Amino acid sequence: MKPTLRERLGVLLAFCNKGRNPYWLTGGLIILGFVLVYLSPRSIPAFLLFVGGSSLAYFLEMKKPARLAFAVLVAIVLVPILGARNIFYLEVIFQIAVFSALALGLNIVVGFSGLLNFGYMAFYAVGAYLWGFFGSQQPFLLHEIPGTAPPGTPFFLAPDWFYLFIFLGIIVAAIVGLILGLPVLRVRGDYLAVITLAFGEIVRQLLNNLDKPLNLTNGPQGISPIQKPTLTPEVVAFFNQIFEPLVGRPVTANQFYNILFYLIAVAVVIFVIIITFRLDDSRIGRAWTAIREDELAASAMGIPANKLKLGAFAVGASFAGAMGVLFAASRTFISPESFTFLASVNVLTMVILGGIGSIPGVIVGAVVVTILNLQVLQSISLWLAQLRQSDAFIPIINFHWKDLSNQLDPSKYQRLVFGIILVLMMIYRPAGILPAGRRQRELEHVDSVIDDEVDSSIAPGAASSSGAVSKGKEDDHV
Amino acid sequence: MRKILASEALREILLPLGRMALFVVGAGALFSAIMFALAFLAQGSGADKLLLETHKMGILEYTLGQLPQVLIDGMTLGFVYAAIALGYTMVYGVLEFINFAHSEIFAIGAFVGVEFLIFMDRLGVLAAAGPLGSYMYLVLALAVAMIASGSVAVLMERTAYRPLRNSPRLVPLISAIGVSFALQDVIRMVESLTTGQFYRVIPTFGNFDERVALFSIPTGGAPIAVNIQVKSIVVIVAAVLMLVALNYIVNATKIGKAIRSVAQDRTTAALMGIGVNGIISFTFLIGGALGGAAGVLYALKFTRIDPFVGFMPGMKAFTAAVLGGIGNLTGALLGGICLGMLESFAGAYLGTFTMGRFGSEYKDIFAFLILIIVIIFKPSGLLGEQVSQKA
Repeated sequence: MKPTLRERLGVLLAFCNKGRNPYWLTGGLIILGFVLVYLSPRSIPAFLLFVGGSSLAYFLEMKKPARLAFAVLVAIVLVPILGARNIFYLEVIFQIAVFSALALGLNIVVGFSGLLNFGYMAFYAVGAYLWGFFGSQQPFLLHEIPGTAPPGTPFFLAPDWFYLFIFLGIIVAAIVGLILGLPVLRVRGDYLAVITLAFGEIVRQLLNNLDKPLNLTNGPQGISPIQKPTLTPEVVAFFNQIFEPLVGRPVTANQFYNILFYLIAVAVVIFVIIITFRLDDSRIGRAWTAIREDELAASAMGIPANKLKLGAFAVGASFAGAMGVLFAASRTFISPESFTFLASVNVLTMVILGGIGSIPGVIVGAVVVTILNLQVLQSISLWLAQLRQSDAFIPIINFHWKDLSNQLDPSKYQRLVFGIILVLMMIYRPAGILPAGRRQRELEHVDSVIDDEVDSSIAPGAASSSGAVSKGKEDDHV
Repeated sequence: MRKILASEALREILLPLGRMALFVVGAGALFSAIMFALAFLAQGSGADKLLLETHKMGILEYTLGQLPQVLIDGMTLGFVYAAIALGYTMVYGVLEFINFAHSEIFAIGAFVGVEFLIFMDRLGVLAAAGPLGSYMYLVLALAVAMIASGSVAVLMERTAYRPLRNSPRLVPLISAIGVSFALQDVIRMVESLTTGQFYRVIPTFGNFDERVALFSIPTGGAPIAVNIQVKSIVVIVAAVLMLVALNYIVNATKIGKAIRSVAQDRTTAALMGIGVNGIISFTFLIGGALGGAAGVLYALKFTRIDPFVGFMPGMKAFTAAVLGGIGNLTGALLGGICLGMLESFAGAYLGTFTMGRFGSEYKDIFAFLILIIVIIFKPSGLLGEQVSQKA
């Protein structure tokens, strides 16, 4: 009998995990990827090899200190070097870090507690506009026409308040999450999804329109410039002292900002990952799972469902708030356009692609979607553009590439890609690439039929009071 | 099954007409009364003085003078929303699931109809058509759009929703979001690959842009002329006809009975020999066709469409469906008219009453606020039965 693909992969995995193999493989691939990227900074396969090698540190079996050592090596040493050579990679990895934090935050709401949230970008916007407002000249421009600033307007706060505002962003976004959560507690399921979508749109419209009567947000033009934290020349000089031979040239202050933001983002992400893991293993995490699986039963067991749901909203929002502050400072410009429904669905796609409720899955989802977005689609666009310049043609149908419309630009068709990913994942693998360990009733209908029958037969009173359980059962039988 | 009597059929036609008239008059009267009260209270305020300076009339007079035009606009918009909302509400009634991609069905209808008219325009027949001919082409465009939208809706159900029918509720919802996003880009791709631009403008033809002057209101300042665009009349008449037809199909035909029975209890309906899958496809077909026709009417009214044109009307129509009680056809009608009126009132008066501090751009926020308030405090809507929320 021919071995199936799954069995072959199993053999491969067993070989990779044998003896000292994991260490050699991970280290080797990381070094190989690093050298390849170092030598040809524009090559995407090399970059993917580097990212893949780094991720092996998580997926293969090895001792914890070794894992940490690999992670530190990659995050603190190798990536800044590569990034200093080619800023674009730093941008990609910075975005991966930002979106990982966002996806992890959304994962707490959607994955852990089963509350679908389509307006997640609103919290990101809260964080971004918090620093965008206080970290720019905007507080002095309240009575000016949007887009005009009298010359010599000072900045409201000193740039180094930025670090404090990361924490303020966490707090303020969490409060907004609570405010949003309070009325929403009565609602579940798809109505909740629609309500959060409406909240997200309201926030965006407010940002768009609050340039009068008081010019708070500068309207659709957005706020600019926003300050970055200060960077003393000594720090840059120190970095250059150590890394200049490796990078091959001295790094300017502007380029060092990218490295700085990358490091802050990585710090925040590590913080977020630790919190998420701890939450998942905690009483609160189990209570969230219980609410997700069956709110009625969870309340009956004495779990304060409302408080915990609010908590999920607040925690999820706070991650986005912190990243929003970082986003505002790193871009120095923010406008409502960054916080659309599309952006919310973008993050949702990461969560769903990676695996709802699964922490490594969500990070993988963020990595895949960001690379798809920034690199793969872009490079297909570039490739098509090159083909258009050339004389090549497809032989059989006699199609000349230069006749291809220049409107066909894959990097502009994110919606199509995300949409297809969402539909295909829902049909073929609703639990994601790396499914969460705990069984999810939200996604496994086979078990839910049995559960519902049990529910309604054990607790007829409960079933009739909610009406949902009994009706759901009928639907499932068809 | 006994035959439907002629008198019953007549009743099914007259009853919805009566309801529509009632809803329009009722919602109009209610909003007018509220506006009148607000204007009465606002007498002597800053807004009042400003109006006296600029328009030479008090706020009460101004409000009353604007009222007929606002009501007409609100009614036009309301019927468009109602036609879209019916698509949401029918699918929800049968499958208990929010078809998020319905807004793109609407957009596809708009694009197919407009492309048809552009094609006809290029052939030159549109300019040559007389007044009667132009209406014929509009009807043709509506028909083409309805066929296209209906087929896309059926196809969508077959590929993206049917495999997920027994899944938990969030799964098809996410799939619907995916379909919605994918369709937006498919429209954009098709449109931009054919001409290099992704928006379309409906060709001007016939007498749709003319205005019929109804009457003028003498005021202290310049008299306010009240008129109605021919295309508004066309939109209202077409929407009313379609709504009556739909009501007839659902309430007075055999297949309508089958739809209602599937909505009530799918299992029992199947046991009674109803082909549930066929009925669900048919529901998507007529819901989609109605949405497509609404798209053409929308394009006729607002002239310019782009691939993302469906999102806002879609959200508002969904709000209308929820406001009226989702799953309830009459409710969708009522919700649509209320929302159209509200939007028209907010657009017309918000800027005046707040002296330009909050302009008409806040009218979208109103729709979303209503959606949130209704879902939180009365999820069954104005006319719906008590529906429980499922996870």
